This record gives sequence, structure tokens and C-alpha cells, in this order.
Amino acid sequence: MSGSKKFMYINRHAPCGTVYAVEGLEVVLIGAAFEQDVCMAFIGDGVFQLKQDQDTADTGMKNFSPAYRALGDYEVNRLYVERESLQERGLTEEDLMPLTWEDEDEDWTEKSSIHVVDRAQLSDLMEEQDIILNF
Amino acid sequence: MLHTVNKSPFESSSLKTCLSFAKSGSDVLLIEDGVYGGLSGSAHTSWVAEALGDVRVYALEPDLKARGLSGDRLIPGIEAVGYDGFVELACANDKIQNWL
Repeated sequence: MSGSKKFMYINRHAPCGTVYAVEGLEVVLIGAAFEQDVCMAFIGDGVFQLKQDQDTADTGMKNFSPAYRALGDYEVNRLYVERESLQERGLTEEDLMPLTWEDEDEDWTEKSSIHVVDRAQLSDLMEEQDIILNF
Repeated sequence: MLHTVNKSPFESSSLKTCLSFAKSGSDVLLIEDGVYGGLSGSAHTSWVAEALGDVRVYALEPDLKARGLSGDRLIPGIEAVGYDGFVELACANDKIQNWL
């Protein structure tokens, strides 16, 4: 669409200890309504945001992690996760929650939104953006 | 003395500083984002594991669960404890230091 800009939201904080993650997700979901070209990147402790099986019941905190599953419906379907950050934290792609979207152009085929990329690739992706916001 | 650490070792040097000051025989409880310091297979695992000879390290189970983690992801020798365990550690030690 004409006039749309390429946005990248970079998530660098763990999910529960601070409000960066939940506030960032909220901004992405609100921003998605404006039909821009949106992707997200998860680097550093940000990769912990996508850890599956988060259960905050015993802490008395709200569990916002299921909200990441809504991203696909808002056409936010490119979530780049930095490989080096996963490795430094002893995590693999299998530790991440499965996040998918349905491709309208391919008969609503379900596809994964999660793309594990290395730092050099992510650095190139950052260069391609018009607007980059950090959370 | 009981030491608590609530910051991720990837974001802050709190855990490293705590372990360098903690006397032999101290208890160290990882809480909130501090529980990431107990992960096995991470870039920080080796120096945390090294400290286990001198101090006892615990991780708060509800904070692990909130982050999608469980006791089996911890470095062997680190014990997951509940809020009751937190209270017991607080009572068993004469002093508490919170490494914020």
C-alpha cells in the first residue's frame, strides 16, 4: 500500500521483571491497526518473551504471553529471533511458543511466524527499515 | 547471610558481584529475573556453577514457572524452592542482603 513504512519493533527485555515487554507488545498490537509493514526482533533477554509454558498464576501477576498469539491475526507475522541470544541462554527454537499465521495467498496455509536468524542477518534487516523502535 | 538477586545476569552484574562478596556457607536465592542466573547451558553457567562449592544457591519456583522454566533447567546443585522455602531461608539466616 502506498505511504506505508517499514517498522521494526526490537524487544530486548525479559517478560516479567520490567514492563518493557508488555508495553512493547501493546504498542505493536495498536500500531498494527494502521496497516504498516511491521516486523519484530527479539534479541538479548528479549528472546525469553517467547519462551513457551509461561505460567504466572503462583506469582499473582497477569500472564500476557498468550497475547503474542494474536500477532498473526494482525498481520504481524515476521518475528525474528536472534540465534546467538538463544544460544547464550541455553535455549533452542523448540523452547519457543509456536506462533503462526494463515497465508491468504496460499489458501490460508498455516505458517510459522518465528524466524531464527543470526546477528549479521538481523543487522541487515535493521538497515532495511524506515522506523525502528526499541522496547 | 541470605543474599537475594533479582536481576538477569545478562542485564546486570548483580549476581556476579553478589557471588564475589558472599562468604562461604552463605545462602543465595535467585528471585524474579534473577532466576535466569540459574540456567544450565547458558553463557553464565560455568562461573555460577563454580560458586556452588562455596555457597548454596536456590531459585524461587513461582518465578521460574512465570518465565516458562522449571527446576530441571537449573544448574545441578541449585534447588528450586517455593515461597515457604523463601520464608525458611529468611528465618534461618541472621541477615538478609538484597542485591537490587
